[in-house]
Amino acid sequence: MAFRLKLVPDNTSIDFFRWQWLTFGISALAMAVSVLLIATMGLNFGIDFKGGTTIRTESTTAFEVGDYREALDDLGFSDLAITEVFDPSFGQDRHVAMIRIGTTEETGSVTPEQLNEIEAALHEVDPQITFASVESVGPKVSAELIQTAFYAVGAACLGIMAYIWLRFEWQFAIGCVVALIHDVLLTVGLFSLFQLKFDLTTIAALLTTLGFSCNDTVVVFDRLRENLMKYKTRPLIDLMNLTCNETLSRTIMTAVTTAIALTAMLIFGGDVIRDFVIAMLFGVIVGCYSTIYVAKNIVLWLGVKRDWSKKDPKLAASPFENAERP
Amino acid sequence: MLQIDRWKRILIIGLCIIGIGFAVPNLFYQRVESHNDALAEIERTGVETPELAAARDGWPDWLPSSVVALGLDLRGGAHLLGEVRVADVHKARMDALWPELRRALADERATLGAIRRLPSPEGTLKIEVEKADAIARAAEIVRGFSNPVTTLTGAGQQSLAIQAQGNTLTIQLSDAEKVATDDRTVQQSVEIIRRRVDEVGTREPTIVRQGADRILIQVPGIGSAEQLKALIGTTAKLTFNSVVATGTNPDARPGVGQVILPSAEQEGLYYTLEESPVVTGEELTDAVPSTDQNGMPSVDFRFNPTGARKFGAYTSANIGQPFAIVLDNEVISAPVIRQAITAGSGQISGSMDFDGANRLAVLLRAGALPAQLDFLEERTIGPELGQDSIDAGRLSSVIATAAVVAYMIASYGLFGAFASISVIANVILILSIMSVMGATLTLPGIAGIVLTVGTAVDANVIIYERIREELRAGKRVAKAISDGFDEAMSAIIDANVTSFIAAAVMFFLGSGPVKGFAVTLTIGLVTSVFTAIYLTRLMIIWWLEWRKPKELIL
Repeated sequence: MAFRLKLVPDNTSIDFFRWQWLTFGISALAMAVSVLLIATMGLNFGIDFKGGTTIRTESTTAFEVGDYREALDDLGFSDLAITEVFDPSFGQDRHVAMIRIGTTEETGSVTPEQLNEIEAALHEVDPQITFASVESVGPKVSAELIQTAFYAVGAACLGIMAYIWLRFEWQFAIGCVVALIHDVLLTVGLFSLFQLKFDLTTIAALLTTLGFSCNDTVVVFDRLRENLMKYKTRPLIDLMNLTCNETLSRTIMTAVTTAIALTAMLIFGGDVIRDFVIAMLFGVIVGCYSTIYVAKNIVLWLGVKRDWSKKDPKLAASPFENAERP
Repeated sequence: MLQIDRWKRILIIGLCIIGIGFAVPNLFYQRVESHNDALAEIERTGVETPELAAARDGWPDWLPSSVVALGLDLRGGAHLLGEVRVADVHKARMDALWPELRRALADERATLGAIRRLPSPEGTLKIEVEKADAIARAAEIVRGFSNPVTTLTGAGQQSLAIQAQGNTLTIQLSDAEKVATDDRTVQQSVEIIRRRVDEVGTREPTIVRQGADRILIQVPGIGSAEQLKALIGTTAKLTFNSVVATGTNPDARPGVGQVILPSAEQEGLYYTLEESPVVTGEELTDAVPSTDQNGMPSVDFRFNPTGARKFGAYTSANIGQPFAIVLDNEVISAPVIRQAITAGSGQISGSMDFDGANRLAVLLRAGALPAQLDFLEERTIGPELGQDSIDAGRLSSVIATAAVVAYMIASYGLFGAFASISVIANVILILSIMSVMGATLTLPGIAGIVLTVGTAVDANVIIYERIREELRAGKRVAKAISDGFDEAMSAIIDANVTSFIAAAVMFFLGSGPVKGFAVTLTIGLVTSVFTAIYLTRLMIIWWLEWRKPKELIL
């Protein structure tokens, strides 16, 4: 017998709905906490969304953030943040800092002259310093970018909902979208909790997460639909459990391969893209969870039309009614 | 069914081989790139130096030579988002209309009485007519200067919006004309920026219009956004105007149709000039950097025939008078005309260094921007940071692929190996399609490829899990495999369509790196369906035909 790595045994019969109130409660709580976090702690918006200038400096000698700050304090920027960046791949002689300057009232973003002053001041502190990247975004564009980002997430949700509605039933579409909102909220909440940089690429990560989470949900729904047609009289809750157990192996398998790939990127992909990868990795995990514990719960509550031969919409009532019918 | 026609097999394998062929140049990125550059250089200049020939011969001509374009975040370079001040053009149009109108209205002085221009907001023209009862006639004359505008929404719109009130006429461009003008202005700006950037000769600049009045400019390899701004941030509007007076008061009231402009050479010196120019930079045919008789940097220029005629007529009529050379509302110099200049060429000198002369020549050759640009977004990425990102991206892709392959083989054995081959083929296909399409790879794009490595096996996982179930249900091997593929199909399609929707949204709403990510993701979706379904199936069928297994442990 050949060896096979199996994270999930062949025939599982886990009752996924045994703790449905608890799991759904946890999800609801997590969503509420995320909203609370976003409301109280806010998000660490990158310059894409807030406007301003970021400068990435690199140096071969170690530096103190305080020294940099002292050098720049005289230039009179009110909104100045300096952080040191660490990465395992940097080695001993590579010291990276990110300097962020907010937009000023009068000029909008940092002017070229100010930029030269900053560079000169830092050169004085550390002659080895180089400027790896300088980016600045004006307040006009950043306001628009926020708007576009909202539209993007909204449009993606609506598009996916429409497609699922076409392919399945409206109950599935709602289940899927609630799961999507759950995933987005939790990921944004994570960004708020750890104050990770939230910028355009984070939106891209969110959208990818949406695609992935939905991908997962759709595979499960597809199986559920098949089972609904196969077992016309079994209670919906049993069929859902059956479906979940049947697809569990695949769900875990795909989540693991995706997580493996993303973890490699997280460790070796460098610091520039780290927040982006964190968003995707977290999204994949949450997406997997929401497929089982959010999307299907919603469908269970909404019920689905079971008897495809009749056209009466009333038959789309609760699963318990269906269960009692002969 | 498990049968695949022979021609389909050939097609599947053929596509993979072509894919590999087009992906190979990316392994020799530098060599292929210098080959391409050398070819372009030889074609452009017609000269074949030994270095260029060597670079060209570094990669054989008969091999595919397109490589994936690297985004700014990987190659380093500058990115600018500019907004065209389209209202500038409205103002210029109105200002240019005034002298013509004045002439036409003055012809009917008998009925209209005296006319004069009243102060009005920029982009509008307010004219006072002495005799209020003749205002209808005045409006009619002005209407003669209006043209019908053809728009998509239908004809019948006039280019000028004319309002008569009491004894004043208010004239401005109509909304339809504004839309049409703005469109032209932005297009022209894009064209001129492209010419300027091309003159400097950097590789593959991206200059595209964005939205109604914005232009996105990305130039790889340029040192900084500041350098790029110096090149495209100036309008380079050159005019030759007659000088009315000189003075030191910038706030003096100029006469009607006159302007006061500062001198670029001498602080505190101001010229009062006739606003309508004698000749403009548009009438130049050539401009080259040179030196004047004192050995100072200067720019030699040549007029086209109309320009030369106008300039000749003006200079012969105004010998002994000064005239001003105005660049972007600054008087660069105001020489005195010693003799009539009829040869159609001249020289601009004063207050510039050699770099400045060089740049001015480029700007004059490329033409003036129709309106000024405001920069909303500037990004400079150093080439070292880009190279670090490439290295990190490459390393993590290789590790991710190796880890996924190991996991797949551990989980599914031989079939896992098949799926792994498909995954690797998938990455190769993504690279080759991006190379051929000329799509841009960005750092998030690399993350997209890595993500695709993780998700591409999904289709195979769905199929394999299905086959396992069919086997457990007691089906024969061939039947189980065939059913597994068939049953899994709808789930695979649905799953990919939803991902595709998300990617499409990103493509249409995103910009820069995000767009690059969307492109990579979309290509990855298409290729992964191809490799997971067709390529894996082909490999399994070969194996079935070869081993004819009685049982299968999956």
